[in-house]
Amino acid sequence: MTSTTTAPQGATTAVALSGVTKVYGRGTSAVLALDGVSLDVAPGEFVCLVGASGCGKSTLLNLVAGLDRPSGGQIGLAGDTNPGLMFQEPALFPWLTVEGNVEVPLKLRRLPRAERRERVAELLRTVHLADFGRKRPHELSGGMRQRVALARTLALDTPVLLMDEPFGALDAMTRDILHDELERIWSERQLSVLFVTHNVREAARLADRIILLSSRPGRIIYSTEVNIPRPRRIDSPEVAAIAADVTERLRTEVGRHGQ
Amino acid sequence: MASDTLTSSARTDAEISGLDALEIAGRDKEISRGARIWAATWPKLAALTIAILAWQLVVWSGWKPPYSLPGPMEVGRELISQARGPQLWDGLVTTLRRAAVGYVFSAAVGLLLGLAVARSKVLRAAIGSMITALQTMPSIAWFPLAILLFELSEKAIFFVVVLGAAPSIANGVISGVDYVPPLLLRAGRNLGARGLNLYRYVIAPAALPAIVAGLKQGWAFSWRSLMAGELLVVGISQTSLGAQLTYSRDLSDAPWLLSTMIVILVVGLVVDAAFGAADKAIRRRWGVLDQAGN
Ligand SMILES: Nc1ncnc2c1ncn2[C@@H]1O[C@H](COP(=O)(O)OP(=O)(O)OP(=O)(O)O)[C@@H](O)[C@H]1O
Ligand SMILES: [Mg+2]
Repeated sequence: MTSTTTAPQGATTAVALSGVTKVYGRGTSAVLALDGVSLDVAPGEFVCLVGASGCGKSTLLNLVAGLDRPSGGQIGLAGDTNPGLMFQEPALFPWLTVEGNVEVPLKLRRLPRAERRERVAELLRTVHLADFGRKRPHELSGGMRQRVALARTLALDTPVLLMDEPFGALDAMTRDILHDELERIWSERQLSVLFVTHNVREAARLADRIILLSSRPGRIIYSTEVNIPRPRRIDSPEVAAIAADVTERLRTEVGRHGQ
Repeated sequence: MASDTLTSSARTDAEISGLDALEIAGRDKEISRGARIWAATWPKLAALTIAILAWQLVVWSGWKPPYSLPGPMEVGRELISQARGPQLWDGLVTTLRRAAVGYVFSAAVGLLLGLAVARSKVLRAAIGSMITALQTMPSIAWFPLAILLFELSEKAIFFVVVLGAAPSIANGVISGVDYVPPLLLRAGRNLGARGLNLYRYVIAPAALPAIVAGLKQGWAFSWRSLMAGELLVVGISQTSLGAQLTYSRDLSDAPWLLSTMIVILVVGLVVDAAFGAADKAIRRRWGVLDQAGN
């Protein structure tokens, strides 16, 4: 897929999508999931993608991750590494321990054993799970599993992180804490993040920029910078104001389909 | 709400450990090893006692003369005397050697065939349903053909054992590979596993439970085929367990016959228990075993 993963010009963009289209199926049953989506993520930028259910958010992340081919358009990534993708579910390997899961990408990169062990310990410390390395995924809570998945994705050492509603299934308290953690990791590692959510407040809490996708076909209909200084709190009035604005536009968009 | 980063990170740390402690707490309750073994054993011992008792009652009832249905005491004495002599052990060794050779070969054929069919669309269309068809064929129905092809020989037995076991094992592999959760495949690919590495890191371990189930079923089929074969294909010099069954019937030696049957039963149970333990170990690792341990 060299034609779709050419490096973008200069180092001004970490991810560059231009005119990306995705059609599922063919003939009369074809579904146009994405229609001409163009979007740049700057290095170190945190972009949140918001949209109603079924508007093609997961499709977009899968395309950027190289797990699917676009039907049209170009996807460019800085450097030639695959971006790390965190799924909505933890997607941990149940036959491995927590350590084993985090170690998989390191093994696949053929790091020597001693270095692997060191990296695994460091990554587990990053997500505050240093004492749980020997546990199996089923022994952990949902929030802890998502943290293991985050550590495993970070083990790829890619500058770009794609996240597909990673905290959707968690309670508010755990989610707040993970927002703090993600923000810390993002700024420490200077990651570029493309974060999908349908929780508008979450987007306002985390993002440098919020992008709103329309439904069927998925198109970018609105984009706004979030200039609230960090660290932010999800219950602050500034975050609430941004969220209200985006929610209003999302309502209009969803209402357009009801007519 | 103004707090500098240091205190905020300390706060986060404490909160996370607090939440984790809550979420993990109160899970394991240790039961002593002896109590666990006893809990697993006593129902089996009780069932065995009842079975022997029922047997003894039937004998006492005089339903059949003792020379065709001897009691458990007599069969037990026969078993002990058999265990002292070389004949039983020779037979056991012959039978187990055949079982091992046939089964290992079946496993190799079944694993390779299953993998090939699971990977290739063409092969699947061509022989996928044929494997299932083979599985439905009672293995004893193969013997007349096997005897025509290989005469009364070890080869005939081997042929039928492999035909009985390999399709089950292949089917286990196919369904295992088919039902690898797509999410795990995607996760593996995203983590950098391609081609052979995807098999090594994701597909093979994810398919393992189904493969073990196929291997277990394959064993059951091969053991049955082997016994059928040894009963039919007698006249080969070696006195396998199956041949001993035939001889003892020809000699109307009921205690010998029954004690040989007991040996066959025990071998089957032991191997089955080994597969059961493997299956349980896998399920425990995967966390699909409930807390009570069954
Ligand atoms: N493999 C597929 N085959 C056919 N259609 C698909 C496939 N995957 C997704 N679609 C369709 O494409 C559209 C976008 O799906 P997608 O999963 O990207 O939505 P989403 O925005 O992630 O939704 P959600 O918020 O519910 O996760 C939907 O209409 C869906 O039905
Ligand atoms: Mg989705």
